[in-house]
Amino acid sequence: MYQTDMYEGLLAETITMTGADGASINAFFARPLGKGPFPAMVLAHHMPGWDQWYRETTLKFAQQGYITISPNLYFRSGHGTPEDVAAKVRADGGVPDDQVVGDLAGAMNYVRSQPYANGKVGVFGTCSGGRHAYLAACRAPGFDAIVDCWGGRVVMTPDQLTKNFPVSPLDYTKDLPCPILGLFGNDDSSPTPEQVNQHEAELKKLGKTYEFHRYDGAGHGFFYYHAPMYRQAQAVDGWQKTFAFLEKYLL
Amino acid sequence: MCTMIVEKVKVDGSAKGTSGWFTLNQANISYDHPFNAPFEHALNIDFVNESQGLGARVAVELSEQAARELVKTILAVLDQADAGGHLANQH
Repeated sequence: MYQTDMYEGLLAETITMTGADGASINAFFARPLGKGPFPAMVLAHHMPGWDQWYRETTLKFAQQGYITISPNLYFRSGHGTPEDVAAKVRADGGVPDDQVVGDLAGAMNYVRSQPYANGKVGVFGTCSGGRHAYLAACRAPGFDAIVDCWGGRVVMTPDQLTKNFPVSPLDYTKDLPCPILGLFGNDDSSPTPEQVNQHEAELKKLGKTYEFHRYDGAGHGFFYYHAPMYRQAQAVDGWQKTFAFLEKYLL
Repeated sequence: MCTMIVEKVKVDGSAKGTSGWFTLNQANISYDHPFNAPFEHALNIDFVNESQGLGARVAVELSEQAARELVKTILAVLDQADAGGHLANQH
C-alpha cells in the first residue's frame, strides 16, 4: 500500500526486442526505479491495437512495482496510428496465433533477463489479448501467472478455426502450468457466460489453479474508461483482484 | 478481433481522408468491435488504398440498423438512377 512519504520513480520507453522467429519488434517498456528485485508482467494488447490504453496500463503495472512490457503484436502489419494499423489487421483476419505466442515468449525472456528482475513473470490481456495471454501461458513455458480479462474465442468451435487460429485455446488447457485469474462480464457476447462456464469446467476437470470472477451489470471491456462499456465499480474490484492475485503468485 | 467477421471487396472511386482525396481500391467490411462508436460491436467499413499507406483510410462505424438502412438506401438510389437511364452513361 502506497504511503505518502514513499519514493516513487519509473523509467518508461519504447524498446526493441526479439519476437517470434527471431524478428525484431518494438515494445513499450516500463519499470520501477531501484535495485529490485521486481516481478515482471507481459501485456498482450487488445484488438483495437497497441494503443494509448495499453501504454497507460503498462505504466500502471510499473507503478505497482512490476517490470512491464507491452510488445507491439501488430508490428509486422506496418506503422501508422494504432487505429489504422489495427484496422488493417482486422481486415486481414487477425495475426497468426503462433506468431503472437512467439512475440509474447520473447517479451517474457526480455523482462526475465533484466538484472533487477526477481525471475517471476505473469501475462495479462484483455479481449483478444486475453485469448493471446491464455495461449502464451499454455504454450510458452515459463509464465508464473496469467490474468485473462474477457478473452473472446478461448472456446472455439471447429468452424471458427482458420489458418491463423488452427487450434481452440481451450484444447491447450492441459498444458497450462500456472494459476489463472479470469474476469468476465455476464452481459458479454464474446465470451458468453456459457463459454466462461465451459472454460472453468475444463480448468476444474484438469486440476488447475484458477479464480474466475463474473460481474453482473458489465459486458465486454468494462475496464475501458474511455468507452461507454466502462463500469466503475466492477473495474475497481477487478483491478483489486488482479493485483491481489499477482502479489500472491509473483512476489 | 473477437468476432473475426470480415470481408474485403474491390471498389473503384475516391475517398476524402485526413490528407485529402485519394483513389480507392478496396473496402473492408467487418462486424466487430468499433474504435469509436458506442457499441460493443458495429458494422465497420474501411475504405482504403493500402498502396498509399495505412493512413489512406476512411472509416465508418454503424449500428446494425443503420447499416441495413444504408444498404437499402444505396440500392434504392441506384434503382432510381437506373430507371432514369443514368447508369449506362456513368463513364
